[in-house]
Amino acid sequence: MTTATRTSPRGRAPSRNAVFANGIMVAGFLYFILPLVWLILASTKTEAGLFDSFGYWFAAPFNLLQNISDVFARDHGVYLTWTRNTAIYALSAAVLSTVIAALAGYAFAVYDFRGRNAVFAIVVGSVFVPGSVVAVPLFMMMSNFGLSDTLLAVILPALVNPFGVYLMKVYAEHAIPRELIDAGRVDGASELRIFASIAFRLLAPGLVTVFLLSFVGAWNNYFLPLLLLGKSDLFTLSVGLAYWNSLATQPGSAQFLYALVVTASLMAIIPVTIAFFIVQRYWEGGLTVGGVKE
Amino acid sequence: MPYLFLSPFLVSFLAFVVYPLIYAANLSTTRTRIIGGTTFVGIDNYLRALSDDNFWTGVRNMVAFGIVQVPIMLGAALGAALLLDSGILKRPTVFRLVFFLPFAVPSVVAALVWGYLYGQSFGPIAQIARFLSLDPPLFITPATVIPSLANITTWQWTGYNMVIMYAALKAIPTELYEAARVDGASGLRIAWHIKIPAIAPAIMLTLVFSIIGTFQLFNEPNLFRITSPTVVGTNFTPNMYVYNLAFGNQQFDYSAAIAFTLAVVTALLVALVLGFNAWRRRRA
Repeated sequence: MTTATRTSPRGRAPSRNAVFANGIMVAGFLYFILPLVWLILASTKTEAGLFDSFGYWFAAPFNLLQNISDVFARDHGVYLTWTRNTAIYALSAAVLSTVIAALAGYAFAVYDFRGRNAVFAIVVGSVFVPGSVVAVPLFMMMSNFGLSDTLLAVILPALVNPFGVYLMKVYAEHAIPRELIDAGRVDGASELRIFASIAFRLLAPGLVTVFLLSFVGAWNNYFLPLLLLGKSDLFTLSVGLAYWNSLATQPGSAQFLYALVVTASLMAIIPVTIAFFIVQRYWEGGLTVGGVKE
Repeated sequence: MPYLFLSPFLVSFLAFVVYPLIYAANLSTTRTRIIGGTTFVGIDNYLRALSDDNFWTGVRNMVAFGIVQVPIMLGAALGAALLLDSGILKRPTVFRLVFFLPFAVPSVVAALVWGYLYGQSFGPIAQIARFLSLDPPLFITPATVIPSLANITTWQWTGYNMVIMYAALKAIPTELYEAARVDGASGLRIAWHIKIPAIAPAIMLTLVFSIIGTFQLFNEPNLFRITSPTVVGTNFTPNMYVYNLAFGNQQFDYSAAIAFTLAVVTALLVALVLGFNAWRRRRA
């Protein structure tokens, strides 16, 4: 345990602690990774292979590519449609709600105006409104406006991201020096120009955080799409996977679709996982600020 | 000028939060019958909710769920965050990323995968049990379904809470505990007396979000319901009850009243936790 001795000057006892600490973390590592390892292995098996082989080892034949092509072929390629729907939903929800939250957070941080604290309190308070309270009215609103079978039905409610506004406000307070804004004003730049050319860039890490949280939130959302999207060619991946799984596991009328569902599940988590690893170094900075200031 | 910046948010906030809330409040005071149409019934739906066993069974389930799951999850998240921050881990970045990874997994997929892991036919846990000539454990029975679901939630959200706490830990000025370290205070004592109090606001944030999340539980039990409809009923969680009342029975009015009652129950609990925290801090 060289690390332990290096970081602690007090000899042997802390090094035993370090062994213990690393051991606990390794156990946690296994707990978090093993379900996904199972998923990866299961995606390489045939339907029969799933039943005949040990879950944590391979089975012949190696069926991953066949499974993937089965997923794409099923129901005339509806999986690709679901992926496209989910991508449209998650990307537009994330981009728009992040920009909206940035504008609002910036306004709360930079301007003094009547009712600011009251409005901000209401916004933050709305984080606590349970989703199920507004779900039924949203469903009715969307059908009244003829949007209930369009992706807009799920994108529009996702524009409201109160936690994002909170993070952006706190972030803007830290990241944007007032002198910079005042200097912009002296130079005669309009408020919008100051925001677009000075503030926006300084807000980047906060923007990445809010974008990522809302992207994942939308990509993984199940409740609202389940309510608002009735037609199967409008399903998101979560709703579609749950539907396929219900075909696979319904007692009595089960179809043999396990290999399909397992492979489709693996394929559904890959885009978000990749997105996370690409931007992980940027986004925690945004939370650092949000986590401390209350 | 600030209103120009605020307007996109405020407009969508009014349209998709405030208006639906008013709409739901209105709806919850009416009753619609096939014969007789919609009538105003005042607080009747709420009175009915207060004595509705189907609703309170769900609430009790969630209390039983949360009272064990939330402390375990947040305790694990805090422990992991402190260890990440302590500098005694060999590969902190790997641990951090892998612990956080399940957050990127949709809850539907998490419920599917764990459902298969729990399964009797090709679940690895049952396979190992049979290999050892033991009876495969049953994960989805009336007695075991709550812990089984709690495990899925813990798997998904521990890393997320850990990252929030870790971010708060990184923001503590090191001068705060460098002196204590020089004086020979152990890492454990520094964690307990300096670091945990310093990130108390972040811990409270995760606690409040976890309580709300618990009372909103829907996805995982709703998926388990497909395979085990007798164990996971239509009112297993309050949110499933809201959903099934509205979309199974077309009782949108009563469903709205249940949703509001649930919101009030949640708010009372959150207020209780925040109040207790304020009282504790005043005493300290």
